This record gives sequence, structure tokens and C-alpha cells, in this order.
Amino acid sequence: MILKLSLNGRPISADIPADQSLLDFLRAQGCYSVKRGCETSNCGLCTVWLDGAPVLSCNMPAVRAMGRSVTTLEGVRAQAEEFGGYLADQGGDQCGFCNPGLIMNVLAMERELTDPTEADIDEYLAGNLCRCTGFVSQKRAILAWLKRGDKE
Amino acid sequence: MKPVSELRVVNQPIRKKDYHALVTGQPVYTEDLAPRDCLVVKLLRSPHASALVKEIDVTRAKKVPGVACVLTWRDVPQLRYTQAGQSYPEGSPYDRYILDRRLRYVGDPVAIVAAESADAAERAIRLIKVTYEVQEPVLDFRTALDHPNIVHPEEDWKILYEQGSQVERNLICHEESADGDVEAVLADCDAVVEQTYHTVSDNQAMMETFRAYSYLDAYGRLNIVPSTQIAFHVRRIIANALGIPKSKVRVIRPRIGGGFGAKQTVEAEPYPAIVTWLTGRPAMIVYDREETTTCGCPRHEMEISIRICANRDGHIRAIHMHTLSNGGAYGEHSTTTVGLSGHKAISLYGALEAYRFDADVVYTNLQPAGAFRGFGATQGIFALESAVDELAHRLSLDPAWIRERNQVRQGQVMPSYFGEVNTSCTLDRCLERVKEMIGWGEKYPRRTLPNGHIRAVGLAMAMQGSAISGIDVGGATLKLGDEGFVNLLIGAADMGTGCDTTLAQIAAEALELDVDKVVTAQVDTDSSPYDSGSYASSTAFLSGGAVYRCALELIEKIKTEACHQKGWRPEDVEYHDALVEHLPTGQTLTLSELAYVAECGGGDVPSCTAHYTCPNSPPPFMAGAAEIDLDPETGKVTVVEYDAVVDCGTPLNPNLARVQTEGGLVQGIGMALTENARYLPSGALIERNLLQYKIPTRLDIGEIHVEFAPSYEEQGPYGAKSIGEIVIDTPCPAIANAVENACGVRIRELPITAEKVWRGMHPELV
Amino acid sequence: MLKFKTYLCPDTIEEALEHNKGRANVVLGGTGWLKMGDRSWNTAIDLKHLGLDQIEETDDAFRVGAMVTLRQLEIHPGLDTYTCGAMRESVRHIVGVQFRNCATVGGTLWGRYGFSDVLTCLMVLSADVVLAKGGAVPLTEFAAMKPDDDILTHLVIRKIPLRMAYASFRNTETDLPTLTAAVASVPGGLRAAIGARPARAERVEAEGETALLSAVSNLSYGSNTRGGGDYRRHLAGVLTRRCLEQLRGGEYE
Repeated sequence: MILKLSLNGRPISADIPADQSLLDFLRAQGCYSVKRGCETSNCGLCTVWLDGAPVLSCNMPAVRAMGRSVTTLEGVRAQAEEFGGYLADQGGDQCGFCNPGLIMNVLAMERELTDPTEADIDEYLAGNLCRCTGFVSQKRAILAWLKRGDKE
Repeated sequence: MKPVSELRVVNQPIRKKDYHALVTGQPVYTEDLAPRDCLVVKLLRSPHASALVKEIDVTRAKKVPGVACVLTWRDVPQLRYTQAGQSYPEGSPYDRYILDRRLRYVGDPVAIVAAESADAAERAIRLIKVTYEVQEPVLDFRTALDHPNIVHPEEDWKILYEQGSQVERNLICHEESADGDVEAVLADCDAVVEQTYHTVSDNQAMMETFRAYSYLDAYGRLNIVPSTQIAFHVRRIIANALGIPKSKVRVIRPRIGGGFGAKQTVEAEPYPAIVTWLTGRPAMIVYDREETTTCGCPRHEMEISIRICANRDGHIRAIHMHTLSNGGAYGEHSTTTVGLSGHKAISLYGALEAYRFDADVVYTNLQPAGAFRGFGATQGIFALESAVDELAHRLSLDPAWIRERNQVRQGQVMPSYFGEVNTSCTLDRCLERVKEMIGWGEKYPRRTLPNGHIRAVGLAMAMQGSAISGIDVGGATLKLGDEGFVNLLIGAADMGTGCDTTLAQIAAEALELDVDKVVTAQVDTDSSPYDSGSYASSTAFLSGGAVYRCALELIEKIKTEACHQKGWRPEDVEYHDALVEHLPTGQTLTLSELAYVAECGGGDVPSCTAHYTCPNSPPPFMAGAAEIDLDPETGKVTVVEYDAVVDCGTPLNPNLARVQTEGGLVQGIGMALTENARYLPSGALIERNLLQYKIPTRLDIGEIHVEFAPSYEEQGPYGAKSIGEIVIDTPCPAIANAVENACGVRIRELPITAEKVWRGMHPELV
Repeated sequence: MLKFKTYLCPDTIEEALEHNKGRANVVLGGTGWLKMGDRSWNTAIDLKHLGLDQIEETDDAFRVGAMVTLRQLEIHPGLDTYTCGAMRESVRHIVGVQFRNCATVGGTLWGRYGFSDVLTCLMVLSADVVLAKGGAVPLTEFAAMKPDDDILTHLVIRKIPLRMAYASFRNTETDLPTLTAAVASVPGGLRAAIGARPARAERVEAEGETALLSAVSNLSYGSNTRGGGDYRRHLAGVLTRRCLEQLRGGEYE
């Protein structure tokens, strides 16, 4: 069926199988940042925004995004670069495979939570698994990034 | 080599060279790079743990529109090979075909389907009609030896060198080593602890599952782009499996989404490779998480029996370890992992009068095991470091003190470590510092909180190696380019660890260049220098050693070329700061000037290749300490704080070394507390996906603190030893020890679930 | 994989009911669990045009649409206050924010999952589900009904005077629960609901704490990979007691 939506700010119209997952649709559209790490909704690698809210794109038939706005890491490149620099300063990028999903959720978290505590951060990001870092360097990066305005 | 304090690039916490691509989600991984018209490869897998394919009918499957080929055991070479990524001759038995008529575990491939779409491939798989002759499987590794059912009865099974195999007894290998008279010392000691410990087949659970694609190039050669740690071994193994010349195979390694040893086995590569070879079409396979978890190569399950003895004064005098290891259905890495369970545990204790280590590895009809960070040492250290605490309690001694009294020291000969000398070691400082960090003096053994929860501490020591002595080979090529930059070609695999950066740091340090002037190339077996690959804690030490040697050679070539261009005498020039100086005149020639002239009718454009192999394997050391919270009503154990101090020699990049440590510790915490692998009576794995196989989330780990206590290893680049594996070794024993300190319950079988602790606290209920 | 041939977004509930006849069609919730099944469907029905994505709070009830997400339940201030934080506590361990932004109240309740935190939590409230054909049905009754071709449109939580607490036991913080427990103090006595036994939540009532604990202990408990039956029975007692302590303290963490 024909799916019309806004992808990273661009109107898209595509003829897709009715049951294609949003994840597969997005990769087919060239959004390669969106990764699949499991089939059980546990890993968070496929996190994208639907009307600004983080969702699991593996979890959602693409047709449900009809008429809505979908954002992937490709659509927030400048913010990804900025936070990514903080991550890299800790060596927390590592293999990188979970980075896009994590970054999408970190950016969503900053919008949604005001002055989050470390516990708030951990809880908000609990659905983003990472097997390389043990999460500690990610935490350091996030805390430094959240304080970035303080310096000026 | 320069002292650490004078290093400008090495030992600096610089960003990884590939960070920008990774944080902006660039298409740099296998699946992102594959041609869009790749055939989709899927496998029909055995539902039985042991069966023969009696009949297989693929007629209807082949008729599904879009199906390019359906392959069964009749269509693939019947050539035994091993998937284990090891130097030739491999220690692992040649015990597989790409597709075999005999199926040896739930998940063993029965047929390969390649189609234009995943849908078509899946439909075809459902239409393959198989008649199985189901046989009684061997499911318990404790009864596998001399079991009436033989996992590998085939006549063409072979192993390339003698390792005590008796395949008709399901015995993959047997080994023994000893020094001194263990029985005599055991009989003479004040206290003996004799216990058995059990670890399960934990899954590496790297975020990027197994995958590979392949295509034929203009020369008709088979090109493979796998997510692998071992590009050069992939080339050999695919050639072996397909029965084609190695010259026909080229392997290119893109970015890898984690490995942890899983990608030291050639899991997925043979399937697209044979499809491409037979059809001429590009083909790709992407394992899903369930395939990766159930048809991969997890940690070897081990049952380790220990006898350890000491005198009342705390002198540990003898250790005897016996390891029974579960190889599963195929023998990948079986003969090599098991030794580490003894050698890398026993050698932590330097005051032994005798030791003995013997081991058996058996076949079963379960998922084949493979390489996972720690590689046997993790299992052995869990067992021995648990037993040492039990011994300390038996003698009413502080477990930290008994380790201080007995730990191995720099300069000692280690009989249980192939007689190697301990050339660099700060284990004493690691232990001392970790005690301070955790607050051992105040917190040992336990205290009770107002809410009834118990806080307790436990600690453990660990060692690993740095590459396989005398076998592994690190390789590096350096080429001077115009503007004076340098290409660094390596065969080691950056799987997120950052070796593309740390190895460039070594080159930049030696060549006195800015690290941005050293450009690391992606691994390509056609152009990269040979390297065994990234496993066995080899990359920093061995590939790093090769880079260092290569850089020194390059400097000589640069000086020679400078003399050639300028007519200077070799004894008059010196290389420094990216230029050659003619000492008598003070004239200089920059690398940039030199390169331009060399490239335009000049002489020799400086480039060279160096390899490094080391006759011994200097161990990194560490000490780890856990503070746990134990809820005595539920048995739930939570890590409140985990502290670790590591001696990895000089950390090449302190940030990346720290992240290695933190990541390894958290994997160790998962192994200790939540990661389980149990099987149904059918032989199917219960913990088969991330819903059931519970790796830690960021809510499950507590505070983690890492420090370094660097020794200086003369054989390593700028004093470096390895760090990648050792970091997973301490949490299991440290947490088990903390649990006993909290509630008196000793858990000898991982993982330490709340229910086990609760049952331990209520023996009346069992 | 979630597989279906056609996808429909009906404009009325009647239309939705018409399409939902027959076993080959399915109403979509958050599809997180649905996609892990192996079957393929003929028609997938999305209720997104029916205005079921709001939580309406009135003086005497919360009216929760079937398409409200678990994340909406988690952060709704009115529900948080009314349930003494229990609503949030019951939801916040479920996988992650991205999952809870997908999972819906309708999908969660329709599945009547044994491991459902949400069902356990709601069961001690005075709650009804509203079915398009069947009308209002008490949640406790609904939980025991077999899935049919009706459609759940709303959850209605009546605001009776209440204090409550929720606790779950999990092997990791975001694992499926090994056991779930909700306890409420309501006029006339105490209620407890125990879920993940591993069977679905059941409610017991008693006048006093001792009787409640005894009733909890008398529920049936079974074994699965996350815990043995006797261990679950023990956990149920511990969690119920802790919830009771929390009620007495009038606080929650």
C-alpha cells in the first residue's frame, strides 16, 4: 500500500507491503543508522522518533506511521555530532552499533526530562543495551553533555 | 623506547579515528555495505539434537518464485574443516561439512536457501521436506565420555596434531601437566579444600549478530565481507570448506558491531560463500538474534574440580585442578580454551610447591562452544578464586591477606605457565589499591543495614596472557605518502576496541608524527600484511609490537632515501620530528619534501612491513572487588560497587583501556548474576534470545571504578601488555565470595540467582 | 515477525467490530508481543482513528482509552497521585521508554498476560474494561474471560477512597517479572493481586493483614524458568508484606 509520511522533514511516498516494519522501511529509504539487534524489543538499537517520541521501529508496522513524522539519526546529524563528540571523548562510542539508537533516546531524554538525576538517566535509557562499554563511559558522556551550557 | 613520562601520543586519551562515522550512523557495517541485489541466504536448521537426514526433497522449495538455489548435503563439498579461527595447523578438529547428513545439535544446518527476497527464502524453507532418522542425543557433558552414542562416528574426522583425542569415546582432547608431588603436599597440609564449580555456556551477545556477504569480482575471485575478528583465517577456512585455492578468496573486513570472541569463529561466512561460488550471484546472510544465540559459539561450559591446600600460616602449597569442558557438537576452540582454565588460574599463586592440572573436553549434542573473552581463564579463575576464599575461611584468615601472602610476583618463574618468567607484574599494588577503593578494612566481611539488607564485600585476582606464545603473529605495513602522511596497514581487527587508533598512536609516537598523519586502513587480505587476527589478547601487544618494529624500519628507510636524495652520508643524519637532519650542516629534509621527490623520479618511496611474534606471553594482572547488597528475604544480590585495578603495562590509550575494563566488568557481572544457558530435554536452548538471556542493563550494575597500576613490559610496545580479556575474569569469583561473606552461602554454580541464594539460606527446604 | 495482508483504520467502532469478525483478523495494540508470534493475519485493524488515545480524569473516575500507551499511564499526574505512585512503579520496569511508548493499555489487557505488571496493578483498583459489544465488565472478570471478537475500547478506574502499593521481583531490572504484587487498602478491607505466578494475576480480599497474607499464600504458584513455585509463594508473601508496610507508612519509594 502507499505510505505517506514525513521522514527527517522530507515528505515521502512509497509503495510498501502492508506489514513491512518501520525498521525495514527506514533502511530501505537509506536510513542505515537504524539497526536491528534482536527480535524481542529488548535492545533499543532501532530507536527512532515518531512525532518526536522515541519508539522501537522494529515494533511498529510502517503503515502505522501514515501521515506522521518520523525522525532517524540522519535527521538530527548536528545534534548527533555534538553529543557524539562527548561520547568519543570518553571512548564510549566503541563498536558503534548501538550508538544511533542510544543517541536518539538521549536526545529525546533531554527534551522530555528537566534536570534529570543519574537515576532518572539510567531509567530513561534502560531500554538501550550495549555490550561493549558497560554503560559507564556513556554515563560520563551524558553528564558532561547535559552540563555543556554551564561553561559559557 | 622512551619512558612513559615522555610519550606524546601513546598513553594519551585521544578519540577513536572512526568515531565520527559511528556517532552519526554512517553505513559502515556489513549489512549497510552489501549490494542491494544480494541474494538473501537463509538456513533450514535441525529440530533434533541428533539425527540423520534420511530423505530430503527440495522440489517444491525450488519452484518458489525468486528462489535462486536450494542446497543440501548432496550439493556441497564433503570436506571436513574447522570453523575455528586459529593459526594453521589449527588445534581444533576438522569435524564439519558445510552441510552434513548427520545433524548433531538443535540448529545444525540442514539446507541452504538463497532467494531474491527474505519472504521467498522463508517460503522455500517451509516447503523443504525432510525425513529425519532421530537418534538418542548426548545431552549431559558429565556422562558424555564413553557414552554409547558417539557424536562423531565418521571416518574422515581428523585432528592435525596429537592432543589426546579419542573421538570414539566422545573425547575431543585430554591434557595433563604437573610440577612437584601434589599428593605428598596435600597430605602434608593443615587444611585442604576440595570442591567442584560449574560455569554455563554464556553467550557473547555482541549487538551486531553474525553476518557476511560475498560476491565474485572481475577476476572471478570470491570476495567475502564478513563481520569478523580474523580476516586471514576466514580466507583459509572458506577455501578449506569449499575446496578451492586460497588464491581465489579475498576477505575484506568492514566495521564490526562487537565480537568478544564470537567472531573468532567462521559462523555465517560459508553459507553466502558457497551460494556465490555456485551461482555467481552476490549473497548475504544475516543471523537473527535467536540464531546467533542458539547456533553460535558460546563460552565452554565447564565443571572444575579443585583440591587446594595450605598451612595454618596461610602458605598455599599445592593446587590440583581438573576441568571437564563441554565442547558441544563441534570442536571449535575446544582444545585451546581448556588449558587456560588451569594455567591462567594456578599461576596466580607464586609460592606453590606443587601443582597438577588435567583436563578433558567432550563432545555433546548441544550448541558447539567457541571463543568468548577470557577463553577458559574466566571459568578457571571463578573456580580457583572461589576455592581460595573457601580455604581462607577454613583457616579463619582474611581472604585478602591470604592472597597477599601467596600472589605471584615479578621475576618469579611460573611452572604452571609453561615455565615462563613473570617479566612485569604489579599484582601486589593492584590488590592493595583495590582494597583501599572498596574499603576492605571497614567493610569486610559484612554489615547489616536498617532495612535488614546485608552489605558485604568480596574480591578476586586474575591474569590472562598477551597473545599465544610463539604462534600468533602480528603484522604491520607502513607506507610514506605525499605531504608526509603515513598509511598504516594492519591485519588486526578493530571490533570497537579502538585498535585502528591505538596502533596508529604507536606508529605516530615512533615516527614523531601527529596521530592524524597516520591513516589506518580497513583490513583486506589482498593488501594488509598477515596478522593472526584480534583474539587471545594479542592486538595491543603483538600487532602493536609489529607496528613499533615497522616504524623503526621505516625510519631507517626514510634516512636512506634522504641520503640518496641529498647525497648525505648515513652516519651524518638523524631522524626526529618528522624530518631528517643533516647534523654537520643543520640542513633538514621534511617528510613531505622527501615524499614528493621520491614519488617523482626519486628513489625508493619508503615503505616496509614488519611482523612480530613473541616466544612468551606476558600476563596482564588485575584485582577486582565487589560490594554487594543482599536481600536476605528474597536472596537477591545487587552489585552496589565494583572496583578494579589493572596492570596492563602501559595503557596505550587510557580512555579505551578504561572502557575495555568497564565493559568487561559488566559482562562479568552479567555472567555472575543473570546470564544463564539451560536446555530443554530436547536439547533446545531455553535462553535463546534477549528476552530470556538477560545481559545487564544500565540499571543492573552499580557504581564501577577503574584504576590502573601499570608495570612496564619490555617486550610490548612502549611497555604495553594486553587488556581485552582479563577484565571479565574477576566479577564471578568476587561476587560469589561476597555472597558467602554476606550470608554464609557458597554458590558454586553460575549464575548466582536470587533463588539459589535463598535456597542456600534455607537448606531445610531442599 | 508480525505478518498481515491488509491494514485498516476504521472510522467507527462498528466498522472495527465488523472487520474483527473471524479468527484471521487482529486488532493491533502496541504489537510488541504480537510480532513475536508465528502466525500471519489476514487483516490488521488499527483503532487509531477512534480517539482512544487519551486519559480523561473526572471527579469520580479515570477513563483510559485502549490506545493510551504504557508511557502515558506512567507519567499521568492524576493516576500517580491516586495510586500513591503504584501505577508508575508497575510500568517503569517494562523494557524501556521506547517500548512503553509503543505498548498500549488495550493490547496489554487484551493479552491477559501472566507476567503483566499492569494487570496486577489495576486488579486491586475498582476498574472495569469497556467492551464495544459486551459493555462494562469488571477487570477481574474480564481477566478470566477467553479472548473473543469483541474490542476493548476503554479502561475505567473508579475513584474509590484508596491507598495502595506495588512491588515486583525481577532477575534483572527490566526482565519479565518473577512475581508481581499489588496491595490496596479500601473501605471495608484489603485487596491484594498477585501476578506472574507464573499464571495471570488473581485478586484476593481480606479484612486484616494476617488474613490477606494467608489468602495470598493460598493462591496457586507454579514453576518456570524464572523461578520455582515454592520460591514464588515465598516471594508473594514477602512482597505483600512489604506493600502492607508501605501502606502503613503512607509513603512509597
